[in-house]
Amino acid sequence: MTARRRGRVAKVGPGRRDRLRAMGLVLPLLIFLGVTFLAPLGTMLVRSVYDPVVADALPATLTALRDWDGEGLPAEAAYEAAAREIGAAREARTLGQVASRANRLQSGLRGVFTRTGRDLREVAEGPWREAMAAIDSAWVEPGTWHAIRAAGERITARHYLNALDMQRLADGSVARQPEERRIYLPLLWRTLLVSLAITVFCLILGYPIAHLIAHARPRRAGLLLALVLVPFWTSLLVRTTSWIVLLQTQGVVNDLLVAIGLVGDDGRLSMVYNMTGTLVAMTHVLLPFMVLPLYSVMRSIPPLHMRAAASMGATPAQAFRRVYWPQTLPGVGAGSLLVFILAIGYYITPALVGGSSGQLISNMVAYHMQTSLNWGLAAALGALLLVGVLVLYLLYDRLVGVERMSLG
Amino acid sequence: MIGARVGRIGYLAFCTCVFIFLVAPIIVIVPLSFNAEPYFTFTEGMLRLDPEAWSLRWYREIVENEAWTRGLVNSLVIGVSATLLATALGTLAALGLSSPAMPARRFITGLLISPMVTPVIIAAAGMFFFYTSLGLAQTHLGLILAHATLGLPFVVITVVATLSAFDRNLTRAAASLGAGPVRTFRTVQLPLIAPGVISGALFAFATSFDEVVVVLFMGGLEQRTIPRQMWAGIREQISPAILAVATFLIVFALALLFTVEWLRRRASA
Repeated sequence: MTARRRGRVAKVGPGRRDRLRAMGLVLPLLIFLGVTFLAPLGTMLVRSVYDPVVADALPATLTALRDWDGEGLPAEAAYEAAAREIGAAREARTLGQVASRANRLQSGLRGVFTRTGRDLREVAEGPWREAMAAIDSAWVEPGTWHAIRAAGERITARHYLNALDMQRLADGSVARQPEERRIYLPLLWRTLLVSLAITVFCLILGYPIAHLIAHARPRRAGLLLALVLVPFWTSLLVRTTSWIVLLQTQGVVNDLLVAIGLVGDDGRLSMVYNMTGTLVAMTHVLLPFMVLPLYSVMRSIPPLHMRAAASMGATPAQAFRRVYWPQTLPGVGAGSLLVFILAIGYYITPALVGGSSGQLISNMVAYHMQTSLNWGLAAALGALLLVGVLVLYLLYDRLVGVERMSLG
Repeated sequence: MIGARVGRIGYLAFCTCVFIFLVAPIIVIVPLSFNAEPYFTFTEGMLRLDPEAWSLRWYREIVENEAWTRGLVNSLVIGVSATLLATALGTLAALGLSSPAMPARRFITGLLISPMVTPVIIAAAGMFFFYTSLGLAQTHLGLILAHATLGLPFVVITVVATLSAFDRNLTRAAASLGAGPVRTFRTVQLPLIAPGVISGALFAFATSFDEVVVVLFMGGLEQRTIPRQMWAGIREQISPAILAVATFLIVFALALLFTVEWLRRRASA
C-alpha cells in the first residue's frame, strides 16, 4: 500500500512538471495557429451563416414585413419604410450591397433597387405604394417582398441551401432547384469522381515504380528515388507551365505526334485547357505522394517472403497476390488517402490547365470570392469542402496516424 | 519461363514510361527557355542546333524587368521571415510533442499538421476575411504570418521525426552534470537535431517560395512575389520569359533537394 502510494506520488511529481514543460513548448505554436489559421477558418464559417447587410440597412422595412401574411401585397407602412430606407442606403452607399443580395434571391432586383433609389429622390410624399409601383412594377409583385424578407435574415441557411442546389420557396418550404439550375452538387460530384480517378491513376503508375525502387540495389534506388523527388520539390507553377507547354495544340507532344505521322497537322489533339489537362497535370503533381508511402512500406518487406512463396510452388502472380500485395496494403491506404485528400481541394492546377470543363469545387470557391463577390456562398462551399477534408483527415489519422506522415 | 521474361520486360518498360512521365515536364522546360523565338515549342532551328535559334533573350528580359526582380525581393523577404518564424515555433512545439509527458499528443499533432491538408483555397479565403478585419491584408506582415502557418507542419513533421531517433539519455546525462534545460538544448540536443531542423526550414521556405493562392487573395501590388508574377504570366500575357524563370526555379529546387538529402544522410549516419 505504502509502496504503491509512494510510487504514485513519485510519478505525479516530476510527471506534472514535465507535462507543464511539454505543454509550455507547444503553447506558443498553438496560440500562433489559433490566430493565423483557426480564427480565419472560424471567420469563414461565421460568414457562411451570418449576413447582416440587409438587416442593418432595412430594419424598419423588415419589421413592417413581419405583419405581412405573405399573400398579396404588404401594407403601406412597409412601402413607406422601404422608400425611406432605400433612400438612406443610397446616401450611405450601401444600396449596391443590399441590391446585390436581393438580386441573388431574385434576379432583376439589382436594377429595381438602383432605379428606385435614384427615382425616389423626386418623390416627396406618399402614397408610397403607387410611387414605387410607378418606378418599377416589381414593387407590386409579392415575390420582390419575399426576396427582401429572405435577404433580411441575419442568421441564414440560404448560402448552404444555395451550395446544395436548393432554394426556399415563398411558403417557407425547402425544395431542390430545377434540374437545369443545379450547379454545385454536380460539381461536387465531379470533384469526387476526378479525385477518385486521379487516385487510381496514381496507384497504377506509382505501385510498379515504388516496387522497382524498393527492391533495387542501393545506388540505383537512390537515383530512381531522386527522379521521384525532383518533381516533388519543383515549383507547382513550373510543373503546371510545363504541361501547358507539352500539351497545347502547338505544343511539344502534338508536334511529336504530327512528326511521326500519328495525327495529321489539322487533327492536333486538344489535351489542355480541358478535363484531360486537369487529369494529366494533377496525376503528375500528386504521384510522389503515392510513391513515397508505398516505397517506405515495400522497403520493409523482406525479399525472402516472395522466394519462400515461389519455393512452395506459387506462380509469380499467386505469390504477388497472396503474399506481397496484402503486405503493401498499409502503403496503398496511406498513399491513396493522402492523394485523395489533396486532390479534392486542389485549386491551382485546374485553374491554369482545366479550361471550363476541368474546374473543381475549389475553383468555384475562388470564383465566388474574387469574381461574383458572393462571399457567403463561397464560405458555405468552402465549409462543405472543409468538412469533407476533415472527415478524410480523421480517417487518415485512424488508419495511418498523422504523426507518421513523412516527407520523402 | 518466357512468360516471366516478357512480364519482366513489360514491367521495366512500364516503369520507364512512368519515370519519363515524371521528369519529362521538368526537362523539356530547360532547353525551351533558350528559344530565340517567342514560342513554347522547339523551332526547326533549335532542332538543327542552329546557334541563331538559341538565345538568352528571355533571361535578359527577366533580369531587366523590374516586375520580376521586385518579385524576387518580395519572395525572399516573405519566405525568409516566414521560415524563421515557422522554424522557431515549430521546433519548440516538436520538442514538446516528443516529450513522453505530453498530454493529448495525438490530437495536438493532428491540429498542428492540419494546415498542410486543408485545401489552400479555404485557408486563403478565411485568411482574407480575418486578416482584412485586422488590417493585415495587403501587407508583408500578413503574408509572412500566412506563409509561416502553411510551412509550420513541415517543420513539426521533420523535427518530430528527427527527435524520435534522439537518445533521451543524452539530455538526462547533461542534466545530471548540472546543465540547465536551456544549456542542455543548446549544447546537446540542438547540434544533434540540427539536420532535421534545417530540413524542416527548407521545406517551409520552399512552401512559401512556391505559394500563390494566399498571395492572390491577400497580396496587393506591393506584395507581388515570383509565383504571383508567374501566375499572371500564365493566365494573362504568356511569354517564354516564364520558362526562363521556371528554369531558375528548377535549379533552385534541385539545390534544395540535394541539401535535404545530404542532411538526411548525415542525420541517419
